[in-house]
Amino acid sequence: MSTAAPQDPHPPRDETAGPELSDGTHRADGPEQTTAQSLVRLYPYLKPALPRITAGMVAALGASVVALAIPMVLQKLVDGTLLHRGGSTSQVVLSALLILALGAGEAVLISLRRWFVLAPGTKVEATLRNALYAKLQRLPVAFHDRWPSGQLLSRAVSDLNLIRRWLSFGLVLFIVNIVTIVVGFGVLFYWHWLLAAVMVVLSIPLWVAGYFFERKYHIVARRSQDQQGDLATAVEESVHGIRVLKAFGRGRHALSNFRAQAERLRGTELEKARAIAGLWLWLLMVPDVAFGICLLLGVWLAAHDQLTIGQLLAFFSTATVLRFPIESIGFLLSMTYDTRTAVDRFFEVMSTPNTIDDPAAPKHIDEPRGRLEFDQVHFRYEDSPARFPDLVDGVDLEVRPGETMALVGLTGSGKSTLTSLVPRLYDVTGGAIRIDGVDVRDLTLEELRTRVAMAFEDATLFSASVRDNVLLGRPDLVGDDPDTKAAAEAQLAEALEVAQAAFAYDLPEGVDTKVGEEGLSLSGGQRQRLALARAVAAKPSVLVLDDPLSALDVDTEARVTERLRRVLKGTTALIVAHRPSTVMLADRVALLQGGRVVDVGPHSELLARNEHYRYVISSLEDEDSGFGTRPPGASGPQTVDTEEVDA
Amino acid sequence: MSTATVTGVAGEDRSDLSKGESRVIRQRSLRLLGSLVAPMKVKVTWTLVLVVVSTILQVSGPALIGIGIDRGLPALLKQDWMPISWTVAAYLAAGVLGALTIAWYTIASAQISQAILFDLRTRVFLHTQRLSLEFHESYTSGRIISRQTSDLDSIRELLDSGINQLVQGMLYSGFIAIAIFAVDWVSGVVLLCSLVPLYFLVRWFQKRSQVLFRISRVASAKLIVHFVETMTGIRAVKAFRKEKRNEREFGELVEDYRDVNAKTIQLFGLFDPGLVMIGNITVAVALLIGGLRVASGSLEIGALLSVLLYARRFFDPMEEMAMFYNSYQSAAAALEKISGVLEEQPGVPEPAHPIKLDGARGHVVFDDVNFHYKPGRDVLPKFDLDIPAGQTVALVGSTGAGKSTLAKLISRFYDPSSGAVTLDGVDLRDLTQEDLRRAIVMVTQEAYLFSGSVADNIALGKPDATIEEIRRAAQAVGAHEFIEALPDGYDTDVNKRGGRVSAGQRQLISFARAFLANPAVLILDEATSSLDIPSERLVQQALQTLLADRTAVIIAHRLSTVAIADRVLVMEHGRIVEDGTPAELIGGTGRFAQLHAAWRDSLV
Repeated sequence: MSTAAPQDPHPPRDETAGPELSDGTHRADGPEQTTAQSLVRLYPYLKPALPRITAGMVAALGASVVALAIPMVLQKLVDGTLLHRGGSTSQVVLSALLILALGAGEAVLISLRRWFVLAPGTKVEATLRNALYAKLQRLPVAFHDRWPSGQLLSRAVSDLNLIRRWLSFGLVLFIVNIVTIVVGFGVLFYWHWLLAAVMVVLSIPLWVAGYFFERKYHIVARRSQDQQGDLATAVEESVHGIRVLKAFGRGRHALSNFRAQAERLRGTELEKARAIAGLWLWLLMVPDVAFGICLLLGVWLAAHDQLTIGQLLAFFSTATVLRFPIESIGFLLSMTYDTRTAVDRFFEVMSTPNTIDDPAAPKHIDEPRGRLEFDQVHFRYEDSPARFPDLVDGVDLEVRPGETMALVGLTGSGKSTLTSLVPRLYDVTGGAIRIDGVDVRDLTLEELRTRVAMAFEDATLFSASVRDNVLLGRPDLVGDDPDTKAAAEAQLAEALEVAQAAFAYDLPEGVDTKVGEEGLSLSGGQRQRLALARAVAAKPSVLVLDDPLSALDVDTEARVTERLRRVLKGTTALIVAHRPSTVMLADRVALLQGGRVVDVGPHSELLARNEHYRYVISSLEDEDSGFGTRPPGASGPQTVDTEEVDA
Repeated sequence: MSTATVTGVAGEDRSDLSKGESRVIRQRSLRLLGSLVAPMKVKVTWTLVLVVVSTILQVSGPALIGIGIDRGLPALLKQDWMPISWTVAAYLAAGVLGALTIAWYTIASAQISQAILFDLRTRVFLHTQRLSLEFHESYTSGRIISRQTSDLDSIRELLDSGINQLVQGMLYSGFIAIAIFAVDWVSGVVLLCSLVPLYFLVRWFQKRSQVLFRISRVASAKLIVHFVETMTGIRAVKAFRKEKRNEREFGELVEDYRDVNAKTIQLFGLFDPGLVMIGNITVAVALLIGGLRVASGSLEIGALLSVLLYARRFFDPMEEMAMFYNSYQSAAAALEKISGVLEEQPGVPEPAHPIKLDGARGHVVFDDVNFHYKPGRDVLPKFDLDIPAGQTVALVGSTGAGKSTLAKLISRFYDPSSGAVTLDGVDLRDLTQEDLRRAIVMVTQEAYLFSGSVADNIALGKPDATIEEIRRAAQAVGAHEFIEALPDGYDTDVNKRGGRVSAGQRQLISFARAFLANPAVLILDEATSSLDIPSERLVQQALQTLLADRTAVIIAHRLSTVAIADRVLVMEHGRIVEDGTPAELIGGTGRFAQLHAAWRDSLV
């Protein structure tokens, strides 16, 4: 297995890193921006923090000045007081105190700088993180289909971390150092114009190197951060799909794919390191060469009395002070470009238009009765090739108030898609869906999703207690006063009873037991029943159930069906059904074929008049031929019908 | 999780560790660090040599400038260009070489740190794959993801933070200390005395930051867990308007994380100026003592000047070293968590001395098996079962009867608490994963699809399968038609969480996977629950061919599946209550006969 893996022609998951990275879904494809333009977009988030950041810079500059002053003062003290006068005890003590005071000043200024930038840095990070999270929750499901969640995670955590560190450290240091360099060069000119001019001219290669570095580095930085996101995705899938990987013993295989991805990231990181090393080389070498030439020139100037030795010494000690700021430009630049990439990635999400949002002028359903109407509804995925017909291809259907409608059709006929259009998980691409005569797009999402409750086939429970999970759709039942509590308790009990999920009371901590990923793991059937209870407890005017009983055993299914029937009496319901037993719940059945409703009617009528319906829902012919043998007639309609559906 | 242990991931969320526990965890993470660095000893040594050389080259610069001015200038005044030329040449050479070694070092250290990260990533990945389902069911995916992302980021920060600066700083301070002693030993003693408050400051920082960084790792993991849960459950979040509540919950986690981050930064914000202060006090004391001695004539003024300048420089690299120490503390906290995961023992370990199994026949036996997830709550109290090779067994019974547990024991997702499950007479615990997984494959209700193409997903059953084999497998289970109808056929990307294929189609794909794997024993746990009836019928036809010569255990709530079984087992409370051919049981008056009658009534 392990030997076969590397040359495996179809490595799952492997593809994500390649094509998507170079041209694909999660890269910006807008016009190229400069780093400054890109970073400036942070301004709105940064604005409240700017005074403190500026104060931090001032403190930092102050600290640098004091740090520079201390040696000079020392020298003066030693020269002036001690050298010339031999020094009295009191003067020595005074000098020591002066140095001590300056030293304390430096320490205070440093802590001030840190204190000033501390709060804004972390606050801006938290603001960005909350904003990103809120945006992601609002973006439509189609967005989440497209974006691997590892990519989103790496944006929300690592990228924002980078931005914070740049704000409270990189940006401050960058500006302080630039100021230091400019002032320093001024001082150099003061000492001697020719030497300083030589320094300036010789620093030109630095700018060139910096330019090439930016061009190379920002591409690699981007690739690295994307690959980190892909790696996070790979980790996530390997954990979420752990059962499949274990069942097939494909841990090693997954590892070899992961390893290949990690290897790619390592390659990118090394490329980054080479780019940084190249820049460093120039940043270290150029000043050295300049120093060497200035030394030669300075000594020559001194020899020709153009310069005193004191001035020459002062020139070099000032220039030496400038070396750290110049060298620091290297890592500050790479940090800045990393941050720029992080900012780009952040705004890629933030600037994604939200296609499913509240309408500008929302309407309101005054008297909810629960009439659900599909009017020439079309739907296709955005990226679906033109040659394919719409997935939902002109559905006309009316579910009357209080009626239960079953959706029946072959796998892939568009049943689930149709149900997800009702609460606007996706928006129709043609036609309209109306509830009580109001287009769902004219309702606020809040109202729409209060009116419509849904149970999905793959039941998602959140890391919370059974109670919180079931009452999720009832924010009105949250509260501490006894009436609300009693009402919540009653609602909970009722929903659990309907969904036959009384097992919840027998969990270690009863209905307060934490379930979901962070809590107790439940079986598929148990999860499905809790999800059903959640939909029931929401007391919606329209209940949408996507094959809600698939994981239940026959007994339980029968009991749930019986109770559901009672609940459904006054509720409009749309139920995706594969089983005759579920269809029995419905007043009428809509038969879907090729994205259209081809027939509507009560179960018995459809059974009598529609051959395709019989084929989809009926197992009788199997049963009549008894156990263990294959019915000779079964293969006939199958082949015909499958082709029909595929067409 | 009990409070008494810190082994593995137990107590991971605690920050109030006792001294002993803290030490145990630190040692564990240091061992991990050691094992990561060990394979690269040579390279690390070389890199350190590079740093030393480049430091010496860089330190020599100022000295050469001094020489240039002291010697070159007087010589030049006598029209002798030689000394200054040599000095400048030496200076240039030192500068260029220094730059080259630093560049070289940058690449070499990146190679080391990337190799360490790569090693660590794959180790954690492999280990989490090895860990049993039991572990995964209690340790959330979000936590593993946070171990692999934000924890690794901290370690990476340490590795990137420039060990050269640490080494340079230490060398530099070392040289300076020697120089001070050489000039004036009394001042040297003053310098040494400053190490005492320095020690206490570092200890204080270490203790405080250790706790804070631990809290920070936990906070970031919680954040990630919540984030991942929201994004994977986004449909339900939207459908039930959980957005606002989520924003509040997430906001709190963000605030916790921000708070602890702010505290660590604040701590460092005291530590750093603290160091500066100690340095400045030392200079002032040196000035005081030195000045008094100069005044009393026991010290040369020149010596004092040098001492003061040196003393000041001695503390120059301290800030960088402090930053290094800070990122070390952060990385150490991350390593603690990672080493905890790595310390977890797989609940179903690989055998030390595996028994080879070539060409399994598929004879499965449960020999006096007892199984419980928690002591005292037996799921299977005492279980014996013999499934001859080639038999197809249907398992029937209500939820909680132990059917899925049985399936998990055969596929060795769990090991029996006592007794043994054997395949062809060999205890499953004695088989290598490779042999076991080749022989036994389980298909579950949750048909997880990995991102990649449809073909990739089917090929998971047999990584070296040709596209022809993949197609044949898909055809056999009736998935071929819908796959062909997808935009790019077999090459269609299934996208995140299989967004574009329906639940039923996902199950068909995972069936094709199992078909391709071609095992001796096939376990189907509710594998057809989302299929429509015609698809299910097709799958059953395929199964009849597929299962003709192999052992199968089928769990299905739909009794239609029972049609293809040779034998039906009805389970209740972890025991087999009925056992016979479908015809026998239907003909009887037992539970199965009742179930079957009820089911017949539900059909049309």
